[in-house]
Amino acid sequence: MGILFEDGNFSLFYHGFLQTIELSAISALFALLLGGVLAAFRVSPVPVLRAFGTGWVMVFRNTPLTLLFFGVVFALPRLDVHLSSFTFAVMALSAYTGAFVCEVLRSGINTVPLGQAEAARSLGMGFGQTLGTIVLPQAARSVLPPMSSIFIALPRNSAVAGAFNVPELFSTQKAFDEKGYPIFVTFFWIALAYLLVSFTVSAVFRVLEKQLAVAR
Amino acid sequence: MTEETVSDTASDAVATGPLVSLKGVDKHYGALHVLQDINLEIARGEVVVLIGPSGSGKSTLCRTINRLETIDSGSIAIDGRPLPAEGKELARLRADVGMVFQSFNLFAHKTVLENVVLAQVKVRKVPRAQAEATARELLERVGVGAQADKYPAQLSGGQQQRVAIARALAMKPKVMLFDEPTSALDPEMVNEVLEVMRSLAAEGMTMVVVTHEMGFARSAANRVLFMADGRIVEENTPDAFFTAPRSDRAKDFLSKILTH
Ligand SMILES: Nc1ncnc2c1ncn2[C@@H]1O[C@H](COP(=O)(O)OP(=O)(O)OP(=O)(O)O)[C@@H](O)[C@H]1O
Ligand SMILES: [Mg+2]
Repeated sequence: MGILFEDGNFSLFYHGFLQTIELSAISALFALLLGGVLAAFRVSPVPVLRAFGTGWVMVFRNTPLTLLFFGVVFALPRLDVHLSSFTFAVMALSAYTGAFVCEVLRSGINTVPLGQAEAARSLGMGFGQTLGTIVLPQAARSVLPPMSSIFIALPRNSAVAGAFNVPELFSTQKAFDEKGYPIFVTFFWIALAYLLVSFTVSAVFRVLEKQLAVAR
Repeated sequence: MTEETVSDTASDAVATGPLVSLKGVDKHYGALHVLQDINLEIARGEVVVLIGPSGSGKSTLCRTINRLETIDSGSIAIDGRPLPAEGKELARLRADVGMVFQSFNLFAHKTVLENVVLAQVKVRKVPRAQAEATARELLERVGVGAQADKYPAQLSGGQQQRVAIARALAMKPKVMLFDEPTSALDPEMVNEVLEVMRSLAAEGMTMVVVTHEMGFARSAANRVLFMADGRIVEENTPDAFFTAPRSDRAKDFLSKILTH
């Protein structure tokens, strides 16, 4: 069990851990932004935007993440888009997770009675104001629990990036394997690290849920 | 406050012509022809009551006036200006047309005061302190001043509807649309809302009211429009309409609502 603390292993493990955090955090940010925009598209009065949102969700929610990584890592360079492996990983993860965020937001928006938006519009509020000040704040409460599932899944999904040249947490397993450590011990530590991340994410969401419950 | 509203309406009344005008308005819901060749002019300060059987298109007509529903053909103008397409223009125009819904539709996550303040600040860009002062005056006037810091769910239906009226009035609208404002209320609360509406009418507010409250129509309306199957079948003064309806549809309808 003590392998983590010998032979410079901790530094290797720690860097993998940091990469996973970094990759997940940046992807989470872009996924939120993207998901928000897509959800706004899906409820907007403009048919082209609605179709775009629907199309995006269909494609990215139904494609296996590994396939998406293949698409990004091998197809984009052919179109002369050359970026770091890390950036490619962020793109794949955000596009994928953004589709889920969009759907959670949209179903949350649908829990808010239509009359709320009608009242806002009849007072002269625009689409953005109506969505931002009336609908989304009321959708937030029903949105948080499914949103927390998405962002607990994200760090775990980010492990796929390991197979595409991003030295994240899960990929450190290969290095330990080459050093001849028993796989069970390696996996124990890696699992523990993912658990720590998941715990932190769900704790953050619990705090948010509590705060929303008070503010009413 | 009372005087202020009156003078506001009065200063706008420099313009001439009808305040609301619908010409040849048609609308379909799929195969259903829900509005059929509607022609209607509403003068400044006029109070028009829309009455008719369920499904005749009253709500739809009301909602086309601020373009919550689009129309297939015809034209609608408010204060001489045709309704613009969806966008900033339309939003500006909607701010001039107050709407009160059957189900109140107060913003559930905002306090009563905030409900009345919000659009003043967001849409009219009124400074916050001034918006709050206006809101408190209006809430006082509709008799719910003491509830300002509560959330809508903590109020009775009648109180909520009065807040909704205050919220619409805060925009200083040129015309107010009411779609069955008392239908969702317990009987003992109907009057407190009608009372507010009567005082608005008396102050010269232009109003379109969908309601089956005949007492209100008789005491406050200048004109009653009877709708059936998407058409305006009959229009008359309240007294003439209720005592001597001309069309069979109206006679039939009145006999039904008068029996209970
Ligand atoms: N969004 C919609 N899609 C399809 N049909 C609709 C829609 N809204 C209303 N209708 C139909 O249009 C007709 C007119 O509806 P409207 O709500 O204007 O009637 P109303 O006179 O207000 O009736 P009520 O007294 O029941 O409120 C009804 O037959 C209704 O079923
Ligand atoms: Mg109706």
